Amino acid sequence: MNAIIVSALSGVLMMFSGIIVKNRSYHTVIAACALLLLLLANLLNSYGIWVIRIDTHNMFNFEQFGMYFNTIAIATTLIYVLLSGKAVEKISSYSADYYALIFFVLCGVSILSAFNSLLILFLGIEILTIPLYILTGADKRNLKSNEASLKYFLMGCFSTGIMLMGVTLIYGGTGSFILGESRVPESALVPKTSFLEIAGMILLFVSMCFKVSAAPFHFWTPDVYDGAPGVFTSFMATIVKAAGFIAFVRLFDQHTELLGPSWKILLSFVIIATLLVGNITAVFQQSVKRMLAYSSIAQAGFMLFSLYGANDFAREGILLYSVAYSLATIGIFAVLIKMKDYTFEGFNGLAKTQPELALSTAICLFSLAGIPLTAGFFAKYYMLASAVKAGGSLWLVVIAVLFAAVSAYYYFRVIQAMYFKEGEPETEEITGPFKLGMLVVAALVILIGIFPSLVLNGFYF
Amino acid sequence: MIPVSLILIPLITGLAAFFLKGENAAKNWALLSSAITLAVAIAGIFFLAPQNLSYDAAWLPALGSRFSLVTDGMGKMLVLLTAISFPVIIIATAKNKYQNPGSFYGLLLLSQTGLLGVFLAADALVFYFFWELALIPVYFLCSIWGGEKRIAVTFKFFVYTFVGSLLMLAGILYLYFQSADHSFALQSFYHIKLSTGQESLIFWLFFIAFAIKMPVFPFHTWQPDTYEQSPTAVTMILSGIMVKMGIFALLRWLLPVFPHASEQYANLIIILSVIGMLYASLIAIRQDDFKRLIAYSSIAHIGLMSAAVFAHNQTGLEGVMIQMFNHGINVIGLWIVADVIEQQLGTRKFSDLGGLAQKAPVMAILLVVLALANIALPLTNAFVGEFLMFNGLFRYNIWIAAVACICIILVAVYTLNMVQKILYGSTTAVTENAREIGGNVQWMLAILVIIIIVLGVYPQPMIDLTKDTVHAILANR
Repeated sequence: MNAIIVSALSGVLMMFSGIIVKNRSYHTVIAACALLLLLLANLLNSYGIWVIRIDTHNMFNFEQFGMYFNTIAIATTLIYVLLSGKAVEKISSYSADYYALIFFVLCGVSILSAFNSLLILFLGIEILTIPLYILTGADKRNLKSNEASLKYFLMGCFSTGIMLMGVTLIYGGTGSFILGESRVPESALVPKTSFLEIAGMILLFVSMCFKVSAAPFHFWTPDVYDGAPGVFTSFMATIVKAAGFIAFVRLFDQHTELLGPSWKILLSFVIIATLLVGNITAVFQQSVKRMLAYSSIAQAGFMLFSLYGANDFAREGILLYSVAYSLATIGIFAVLIKMKDYTFEGFNGLAKTQPELALSTAICLFSLAGIPLTAGFFAKYYMLASAVKAGGSLWLVVIAVLFAAVSAYYYFRVIQAMYFKEGEPETEEITGPFKLGMLVVAALVILIGIFPSLVLNGFYF
Repeated sequence: MIPVSLILIPLITGLAAFFLKGENAAKNWALLSSAITLAVAIAGIFFLAPQNLSYDAAWLPALGSRFSLVTDGMGKMLVLLTAISFPVIIIATAKNKYQNPGSFYGLLLLSQTGLLGVFLAADALVFYFFWELALIPVYFLCSIWGGEKRIAVTFKFFVYTFVGSLLMLAGILYLYFQSADHSFALQSFYHIKLSTGQESLIFWLFFIAFAIKMPVFPFHTWQPDTYEQSPTAVTMILSGIMVKMGIFALLRWLLPVFPHASEQYANLIIILSVIGMLYASLIAIRQDDFKRLIAYSSIAHIGLMSAAVFAHNQTGLEGVMIQMFNHGINVIGLWIVADVIEQQLGTRKFSDLGGLAQKAPVMAILLVVLALANIALPLTNAFVGEFLMFNGLFRYNIWIAAVACICIILVAVYTLNMVQKILYGSTTAVTENAREIGGNVQWMLAILVIIIIVLGVYPQPMIDLTKDTVHAILANR
């Protein structure tokens, strides 16, 4: 509960500080302090030291899994703000408002990590996405940004509609908003699982696939990620997407028996489609930003394995994946928005002019490609392990690793541009602290890649 | 403690080398590091008590993976090969100029870390880590310092091996859940009982990874281009040591873990290997480029080793063990000559060369010995290995062995042809001003030639060194 309340209050605080404080760089400082406070509040909650207790009538379930994800989400947001704060300030003078929106998103994240009732799920999704519609359109003089925002809004509303319909059907079938609970009295005439409940589950599945940009519901992703200002794309593609997956896992991993064996068939179809679309399309991109948009679809394909496996490996794995994927993507985006030219050629020769940036970007890219000794390796490892453990799905794992090899192709194009090609890349001014920040991110990626237990132990203690 | 220090010395010195600026500083640093590694390896293998040769520490308790290293006979032999090769390579190519020498030598030492780790690992996850760690530095070395077409060629090499190792990872994961105690330890993998269908499936996942690395026909297409485009120091590592990773992995991870599948598919793989031998030898005859010729000749030799591995009898395996070491020594020698000629005369084409024996008689003698070793003439080291391998193959199937023996003739054809075109005939415009190689390079070649002759006359120490591994593999059948 702490995280929900403190993040909402921090959002309000940021809105007021926008009126009182005019210097934009103070906004970043205030936001960073508020994030630290939020992190502390959430940790106090996780260890049970200081908890705000409100009777939620079983609509929330504050379990360790969700609270630990909050810690991850808040910590990565903090890193994100420290690395890319300057870029947020540059977009316009409303930087305090952007931070306020980011806090509201975090509020949505903490609701999604703790929902128990489908109504709360709906509420969380809405609180999460409405600020994002605004952030996508933040660059309001840019037509692409406007287009992206409108597209995202319309498609988002549509999928929310589908979700509501699913919730309604489930309520109709069971008389309860809580999944797996039935208030219909058992009798010989009423079948144990009604058709309404199954139809509702499928609609929920579709709308969640939309939110995490799984194929064939991914069509909004490239345009929105490409059109939105780079800083906010970075936020959307990492923390928000990971939160979507946490909600997805919490929603489905206990209740899939309702759907029977067809569930695995449905899910493997979605996984393969997502991997295929994401990886193959990313290969043909000319812009690094758009490539990252498609790669985020491809990564979603791997994260879907956590639903497929639905065991302890899957739960640990999705947490590790959130950390690994968010850290690496935030790092790459932080460098990308410093570049003047977003194409692959724009990175030519970066290793000569900015060796520190090139090194840390390369490590982040290694992590996304899943090379051993980086966090991304163990993230993918856990996902695949969960599927192997679930049994009978080695073929799916083999398909996934082949696509992982495809992904190396486009990630390594950036490395080739930076290290092996000649060029004079134009960048904005790179400050010492920024370089240091990037090196810290790279060091974290490697540290987690050697000792993933650093992240996972936090889950158990 | 010996295995850990063998891994840590190149790792730490390699990372430190990135910060060195001057050409000489970096080179001497790398030489010092590889000399220490060699000293530690020799001390550990020949002088210290055997309990120093293994190491075990907790790494990822939640996953059941331990950082455990062992050194059996085959491991000792390959560690020795790696440890000897690196100083030789660094000295022999010392005259080559590199941009950013610090990074070059740093990456070189990191690849040594990976190689030694692969040869020592006794845990599948540790093995996988080092397997990849050996690849990444080589990727950068070839792509930054290689020839004209380096980026595309190296990337092909990278993607090939990356696909292979990812398939192996899927296989490792599967075996992990099948193992009785849910661990990655080599010994638990050896005790896994799989059904026939499962065993064949996982066998192929592993085999493709190793076949790409060796490379076995038809997975060899990355190899000639990569050898040609890489800087020669890296080519020496690739063909001298790194391809042995594939053979090593067959013997350590494939045959004992999948005994039935290895037997079931042995025929197919041996036939593929023999096709590869003939095919590579025939192409080698038509080559005009020194580096490409050695590359194809290397495919032919590796093909024989892989066939002998799957023949799965004592003589064949003993031959493979000896030949892994010998092939490393011989091929590095040939690369050194190729590098010297290219550095001095600016060409590797046989059509431009000729008459070098008049200009550089010492080099001519050394090259002839290396060439004879490549043909596997008696009294050279390769004879013993190849004889044992053909012997093993004969015991497996006489007809396959008969076909494979055609290669002995073909090897002689292209190797002697090469010697003739480089050393004899009249001098050309290019070789008019050729000089003797002299200096340290000559000494390095001389050392290799001495090893060739000593092991050719008295191979018993090498057979004794690797005896325990051969017995273990045969006992596991």
